[in-house]
Amino acid sequence: MEIPYTISTRPDTGLWNAKVGIWLFLASEVMLFGGLFSAYIFLRIDAAPGMWPHGLLNVPVGTMNTAILILSSVTVVLAWASLKMRRYRAYWWYMLATILCGVIFLTVKLAYEWPQKFEHFGAYIKPEALGKYEKYLGNERRTEKGLEPRIEITGHLHSQNAKEYEVALDPVNAEPDNPAMDRPHFFPLPVTDKIATIEKEDVERATMFLPTHSAYFASYFTITGLHGMHVLGGVLVFIYMWLPVSKRLYQRNPEHLANRVEVSGLFWHFVDLIWIFVFPLFYLL
Amino acid sequence: MDASTSVETHHEPHEHDAAHEHHELGWWRKYIFSTDHKVIGIQYGITGLLFLLIGFSLMMLMRWQLAYPGQALPVIGKWLPHIFGPGSMPDGKMTPDFYNSLGAMHGTIMIFLGVVPLAFAAFGNFVVPLQIGAPDMTFPKVNMASYWALFVGASIMVTSFFVPGGAAKSGWTSYVPLAAISDTGQGYNPIFNGQTLWLIGFIFLITSSLLGAINFITTIIQLRAKGLTWMRLPFFVWSQFVTAFLLVLAFPPLEAAIIMQLMDRVAHTSFFMPSGLIVNGTPLSISGGGSPLLWQHLFWFLGHPEVYVLILPAFGIVAEILANNSRKPLWGYKSLVFSVLVIGFLSFIVWAHHMWMTGMGSAVSAFFQTTTLLISIPSVIILSAFFISLWGGSIRFNVPMLFTIAFLPMFGIGGLTGIPLAFNSADLYLHDTYYIIAHFHYIVAPGTIFGLFAGIYYWFPKATGRKMNDFWGKVHFWPTLICMNVIFLPMFLQGMVGMHRRWYDGGQGWNVANEHTIWGLTGFQWNHPISWAAWIMGLAQIPFIINFFWSIKHGEKVNDNPWEATTLEWTAPSPPPHGNFLTPPVAYRGPYEYSLPGRERDYTMQNEPVEPAERSRRKPAAEPVLVSH
Repeated sequence: MEIPYTISTRPDTGLWNAKVGIWLFLASEVMLFGGLFSAYIFLRIDAAPGMWPHGLLNVPVGTMNTAILILSSVTVVLAWASLKMRRYRAYWWYMLATILCGVIFLTVKLAYEWPQKFEHFGAYIKPEALGKYEKYLGNERRTEKGLEPRIEITGHLHSQNAKEYEVALDPVNAEPDNPAMDRPHFFPLPVTDKIATIEKEDVERATMFLPTHSAYFASYFTITGLHGMHVLGGVLVFIYMWLPVSKRLYQRNPEHLANRVEVSGLFWHFVDLIWIFVFPLFYLL
Repeated sequence: MDASTSVETHHEPHEHDAAHEHHELGWWRKYIFSTDHKVIGIQYGITGLLFLLIGFSLMMLMRWQLAYPGQALPVIGKWLPHIFGPGSMPDGKMTPDFYNSLGAMHGTIMIFLGVVPLAFAAFGNFVVPLQIGAPDMTFPKVNMASYWALFVGASIMVTSFFVPGGAAKSGWTSYVPLAAISDTGQGYNPIFNGQTLWLIGFIFLITSSLLGAINFITTIIQLRAKGLTWMRLPFFVWSQFVTAFLLVLAFPPLEAAIIMQLMDRVAHTSFFMPSGLIVNGTPLSISGGGSPLLWQHLFWFLGHPEVYVLILPAFGIVAEILANNSRKPLWGYKSLVFSVLVIGFLSFIVWAHHMWMTGMGSAVSAFFQTTTLLISIPSVIILSAFFISLWGGSIRFNVPMLFTIAFLPMFGIGGLTGIPLAFNSADLYLHDTYYIIAHFHYIVAPGTIFGLFAGIYYWFPKATGRKMNDFWGKVHFWPTLICMNVIFLPMFLQGMVGMHRRWYDGGQGWNVANEHTIWGLTGFQWNHPISWAAWIMGLAQIPFIINFFWSIKHGEKVNDNPWEATTLEWTAPSPPPHGNFLTPPVAYRGPYEYSLPGRERDYTMQNEPVEPAERSRRKPAAEPVLVSH
């Protein structure tokens, strides 16, 4: 006996098997990312004043990546619709577009955004030494205005020896009293040529912007990393469906290929949706 | 002669090829990398039984240390350091680290490698498609992947015993920050250490459960036979259906937590590490700002539904065997179905009752106390329905039925002793004592495991076409029942005296365990009868193991329906061929039509059409006839 309803729908449920399966899988994925997002909320609520950084990510690049992912969700639907209309060539092109969108997204993430973070430096100042670095932190004014204190000096690590770090400052530490620095900028401001010297004994912790840097970067790298793995998985599946192997399936049973594209397209929409949550949580809020 | 040989050589390879392609799978594809749900079910079953034995053996070792702390283990004591390394039992005396490893791995192995693979995956795989009249699971390849993911995860867990420092030692709950800092530093490999391997192994186990659970739900929704409506499903299928939903929705948050703990250990993040943590007098060089409580919430968000993952399949097995051997329809089928659905839902909103000690505040704890008490209602409905099902039945006391009947009071004790724990005022005293151990073991050991044994004896003829030996089954049953109670009943007393569950010396060095006597023995002294009962129970499993393997080849041959049962799996040949049924089955009636009046036999199978005479008896006239006097 063959397994029924692999391609045709079961009359009383109106579904074929894989469609039930993928929705259940997506339910589990909601719970997986739900667990991670609730961790984000937990950590953010618990964060001590000044310990949850803002404006460290590149918003225009993130916006572009968001647009690319949304575009790919459109192209994958068009690919599926082309198959339903039995236009294989159109399907082939739309699928290629989807794959390229996924690849561009990953490249931007892994080859540009992440490495940029790895090169950025931050030093948390010990509470008793904060006064000493007031000219980089501007806490007097911030206390007056009721803003969160700054406890970290960031920038590019110029050089260091046994006693000191020399840091080319980020604008926020270069002009800490400038009201324009109270809010994160849409376009990231370049590192200034103003160099600050920070004594190592005044520093609580100093690292690059790695997962170890803070709870913020820990959750940023974990969630975007896991999301990236989902994008990669989707791209690999799409490549398989775009290769000549699938053309043969199309010639044998076009509906079967259309179903496969529909199921993986649902997954792709889900991956897109997760990014719609990731983007505001890390880039904007 | 020349001619004939030449003809043969021409034809033979050709025929051989064709046979290979169309009919016979090779040995490897048929028995090892099989996509047939029955083979996968048996693979899961043997894996699960093996790990139940391993997990129990770890406990038997611990029982030595608890009864005779600090003394050298005779006979096998001197061999164990050769297996587990010199840090485990030098001169046969157990080290604290090794004791902790045994405890953590006993819990992990029993739950995730023993009971879940056996109760959910093995019985679910083997029985569910047969009971719903399906040719296989919906996704046979995913099914195979699910088993092999379990296999990888299990191998990683087992390997972790043999890496430097030994297996994970922070309890099966792996509470942070203890778990996040254990097995780190000098002498430990950054990846190949107990706790990290525990986490990596777990990711595979979760993957396996997810793939399995999705497959089950889809199969039950899509592949029910013609006429098998939802309310005609055997209760076992319902219980597996709800269990699968629990796994799909509860496991991923734990996976998230495990990924985060893995990041904490490997990438040195601080998801669960609070600021200002000092270990052995040195402040840790981490960013801090993490939350240990977050782990507990995510862990128990899985942990509590997991309890129902362990018990619901056993409910299902018990229901089948109960109806079959009392020769009566299951009492209150609909209430059973709705109860199991309510349990499934409520099990997601009770998790914080594992965390009363964290001081969550009265509003939150009032909520969780209420939901915890609410969930006892459907559980009591189920148990009551099972008891009432026995009433007025003509009960057959065969081996599956013995285990099933024993299940009822054992689960009852486990359930009722849980009610005090639902109140946080009572729990503050009983938390982390042997009372807790006794409570949940009554549910999962004489409860779930009796259900599983019952299921093995019951469906063994379907898998092999032979019955397991009845006499040796009883030799297995009675000592197991007695020992289970000698093991776990005294633990309630130990717990109420105040003995803590994680004491390495069994209470020898603690006043509370030595001051008071209960029935003539102090809390510490009770460890002796408990330990001896555990070892005797170990011996009592030998008849089962021999019976199991012996009966595969030499058991009594039986027909396709030896128990005279009604559900669809008994209409298939034993063992069922690939594809299960000779013709697609059709269901005409409910699952438990026993002792139907006006019938020759006392059972009517689901695929027997409803006769016209019966129809008029079943459906009352549309309008009641009024009789005037």
